[in-house]
Amino acid sequence: MTRMSVEVRIPAVFRAHTAGAKSVTAEGATIGDVLSDVVRSYPELGGQIFTDDDSLHRFVNVYLNDEDVRYLGGLSCEISDGDVLAILPAVAGGLT
Amino acid sequence: MVMSWRYCLPSLADLPKVSRLLFEDVAGTIGSTPLVGLPGLSPNPEVKIWAKLEGQNPTGSVKDRVALEMIARAEASGELTPGRVILEPTSGNTGISLAFVAKRKGYRLVCVMPETASKERTQMIAAFGAEIVYSPGEKGSNGAIELAKQMLESDVAFYMPYQYGNEANPLVHYQATGPEIVSDMPDITHFVAGLGTGGTLTGVGRFLKETKPEVKVIAAEPEQGELVYGLRSLEDGFIPPVFDESVLDGRIKVGAKASIEWTRALASEGVFAGLSSGAVLFVARKLAERTGEGNIVCLFADGGWKYLSTDIWSKQLEEAVEAVEYMPW
Repeated sequence: MTRMSVEVRIPAVFRAHTAGAKSVTAEGATIGDVLSDVVRSYPELGGQIFTDDDSLHRFVNVYLNDEDVRYLGGLSCEISDGDVLAILPAVAGGLT
Repeated sequence: MVMSWRYCLPSLADLPKVSRLLFEDVAGTIGSTPLVGLPGLSPNPEVKIWAKLEGQNPTGSVKDRVALEMIARAEASGELTPGRVILEPTSGNTGISLAFVAKRKGYRLVCVMPETASKERTQMIAAFGAEIVYSPGEKGSNGAIELAKQMLESDVAFYMPYQYGNEANPLVHYQATGPEIVSDMPDITHFVAGLGTGGTLTGVGRFLKETKPEVKVIAAEPEQGELVYGLRSLEDGFIPPVFDESVLDGRIKVGAKASIEWTRALASEGVFAGLSSGAVLFVARKLAERTGEGNIVCLFADGGWKYLSTDIWSKQLEEAVEAVEYMPW
């Protein structure tokens, strides 16, 4: 599988771990690879994104081009050049 | 002569007559909302987009269904008795619906809502005689939940329906909203609704998975401005207990800009809907582009009336996006 370089958007709540960066660039063939590459650069993010068994933390949603990756095959989903990953924390939504 | 209408609209005399529209109480008009076609808004001629207009409920939102059911079940179980005070965290629609039901039934209601909630919401809650306690705007809906829970512990008179964790919330959609949709549109291929408490998606989704498992259930998730998220750490994150993610086939986030654009497009088609409806339509159009043929049913949670003070229909797009950056929608 070819390694792609993609933009990963970081939510405000995690930016203390990325020196304030709103987005970072990372590489990989799958979403899991890309997130692991982000964690290699910013190790403190590791415990925020992943659980001890390397799955996504329940309170973290990761979107590939606006779609929740849990419904796209999860961390093994392959990515393409120009894709954008966004990490968002789970919150109580909208006008409820 | 040039026709001024794009579509052949019926005259009032041609409209089918419903056999009986007499109700002993206005609460009887909750539910049985219309499902209308949006012929000008599908990007694919083989895919029709339909909208269930929950803004047609008496206080203008889908939450009338939930409020009525939560209170009825609390009374039946003995949790809610005369003299107790209903307390609920809400960023608007549920507060209005609860205020409506509480007034009809003679209960006092206290709503905890972010101070950034729009003026229309606070006015409507006041109109129905309920009280409002404000939570910090920067902490969003999560902040209202946190404060309401603190208040609940401080006074045993409070009864909190807690829409985020009350099974009556998805149940009313399983028992009523889902069957209404399938009755009106038996050939439904997709269902799209906004993700708030998750009650609508969970209830309608469960009904569809049981009766028409081939239907795809998709969540449109409003991507709020960062200040609305208001999280200090991941531990402040929140997944509503009533939300059953297993009924979903996809979840797509939609930013304020796209939501405003498509809410405006809806108005141009004669449907005056709230901001989350634009997000739902955006997702429906995305699905229509990927689908060969089908019938996509959208649930539009509320009408546009409660958003008038945001001026989203009259401002420049960038200004309109800024106007909603600090409020939940």
